[in-house]
Amino acid sequence: MGKELRGYKIGVMLQKGVIYLFLLLFAMGFLLPFFFLLTGSFKTSSELFSVPFRWFPKHITLENYEQVFTKIPFFRYLRNTVIIVVLNMVGALISNSLVAYGFSRLRWPGRDKIFMIVIATMILPYQVTLIPLYLMYTKAGLIGTFVPLTLPGFFGNAFFIFLMRQFLVGIPKELTESARIDGAGEFTIFLKLMMPISKPVLATVAIMSFMNSWKDFLGPLVFLGSDRLYTLSLAASMLRSNLNPNWELLLALGVVMVLPVLILFFVLQKYFIQGITMSGIKG
Amino acid sequence: MTGLKEKLFGEYIHSTQRKKEALHGLLFVLPWIIGFLVFTLYPIISSFYYSLCNYNVIGKPTFIGFNNYVNLFKDKTFIKACQNTVYMIGIGVPVTTFTAVLVSLLLNNKKLRGTDWMRVVFFIPTLVPTVVACLLWIWVMQPDSGIVNTVLGYLHIPGPGWLSSPTWAKPAFILMMIWTCGNAIIIYLAGLQDVPESLYDAAAIDGAGFWKQSLHISVPLIRPTILYNVTTLIIGVFQWFAEPYIMTEGGPSNATMFYSLYLYQNAFSFFKMGYASAQAWIMLLVAMVIILVLFKVFKFNETEIG
Repeated sequence: MGKELRGYKIGVMLQKGVIYLFLLLFAMGFLLPFFFLLTGSFKTSSELFSVPFRWFPKHITLENYEQVFTKIPFFRYLRNTVIIVVLNMVGALISNSLVAYGFSRLRWPGRDKIFMIVIATMILPYQVTLIPLYLMYTKAGLIGTFVPLTLPGFFGNAFFIFLMRQFLVGIPKELTESARIDGAGEFTIFLKLMMPISKPVLATVAIMSFMNSWKDFLGPLVFLGSDRLYTLSLAASMLRSNLNPNWELLLALGVVMVLPVLILFFVLQKYFIQGITMSGIKG
Repeated sequence: MTGLKEKLFGEYIHSTQRKKEALHGLLFVLPWIIGFLVFTLYPIISSFYYSLCNYNVIGKPTFIGFNNYVNLFKDKTFIKACQNTVYMIGIGVPVTTFTAVLVSLLLNNKKLRGTDWMRVVFFIPTLVPTVVACLLWIWVMQPDSGIVNTVLGYLHIPGPGWLSSPTWAKPAFILMMIWTCGNAIIIYLAGLQDVPESLYDAAAIDGAGFWKQSLHISVPLIRPTILYNVTTLIIGVFQWFAEPYIMTEGGPSNATMFYSLYLYQNAFSFFKMGYASAQAWIMLLVAMVIILVLFKVFKFNETEIG
């Protein structure tokens, strides 16, 4: 009996070990591209292109980073990206909280049916609206401005509305009822009572909005037009499509573009995960 | 007539307070209504109109009926793009889903400690801007100096040409798809957390090991989550654009010409707006059919459990 139990325990240990090893190798695989990005950004071009592959640079160089800041108008691209990102964040916070409030705390005829339309628009592929929007902006002379990439952000986003509504629905009715009896206006209740409680979900929306515009590529590609307005992502793709891309510069630029997001993630991990987890709830 | 009106809006007609509340409600959602009309509904309708037209931006759209749709199915590149997209949905999506579910099940195993840091590792690739991810994978997949083939070389496996090979370019994209499945893993883990512990305990008493428990308890219970993630992935594949545009431009020999890339080329390289709109509409309809079928197949039927 004792022997059998020990055999069983060893078996369990072995199984655990195998699973852990499998996960470990898999995780290493996920880290490999990051490892390459980081080490590659410090390599000279001859080392970068060397065959066979060199795991670590022999001569660490900072020249690639220097090039990012001197050879390309990095700060202009950064400024463009930040303008788009910030306007989208501000727009998302204002519009989605207002709309979500209207869909959750106030009763009006047809509300829940219209909310279904909001949900339905989530699965609408961007490509369907892209061409008419492009033609619309062309007619309005807005191609080559930030308007197409920032204006829609002020009119609500289906996913963010869903996210905020989920949160607002959960707040007890009594809280607003007593304020209403005290004669507070609807907007005051929204601004002074609901918004302070909603800070966690507002943070989630802000972060997801930031990520969307920071990562966006198709939007800038279609709507921006001139080099003067390029975002970092668009600039990086244009540099890559050169006949002889400057790969050392591109890798350093990649590190510069990934680092702020990673830092933000490690500081605000909770809010990142929250948004994604909540997106799964509706399944 | 009045009877129906009474039934629908009765309480709003008779109570001024309810009327006021309804008015406020509409005011609060007004931004979305405007946005929906201008940025969604109008584009959808005009997209359908353009899909029935010959339109090259400079002239006026001329109505040609369903000719764009007919021509698409005679277009070899379009057929190829469809085949490639079906390949990604038929092979890439299941492989990615299987991997994500498997990793989530293993990470969720409470007897296994020290895996918290791995959740972070699996998630961070989703933080990388798409363009940077593409630049990285061009290098990672490099036939003779890339990391992947270097590692394969250590195992004495000759690595393929990946992005430069018509056969291996799509699998290379699947690998990249797996690399960015962190979102799904987070959602699966959240779903797995809701599975009551007592179910596992009961199964353990019946002698079911980890795999049996996973297959018969965890997976059925997170079915809605799987459905959500699969749906997201499929919509994602249809919209897949930046990766092939930056990494391969559809090549070699159209092996990575995916649906949205061809749509983009038609619209913004060849300025065939009507043709591209027809493509967009086919995509919308097909995506909707696939999602409906999935919902039917995976239908969450509560009576089945228990």
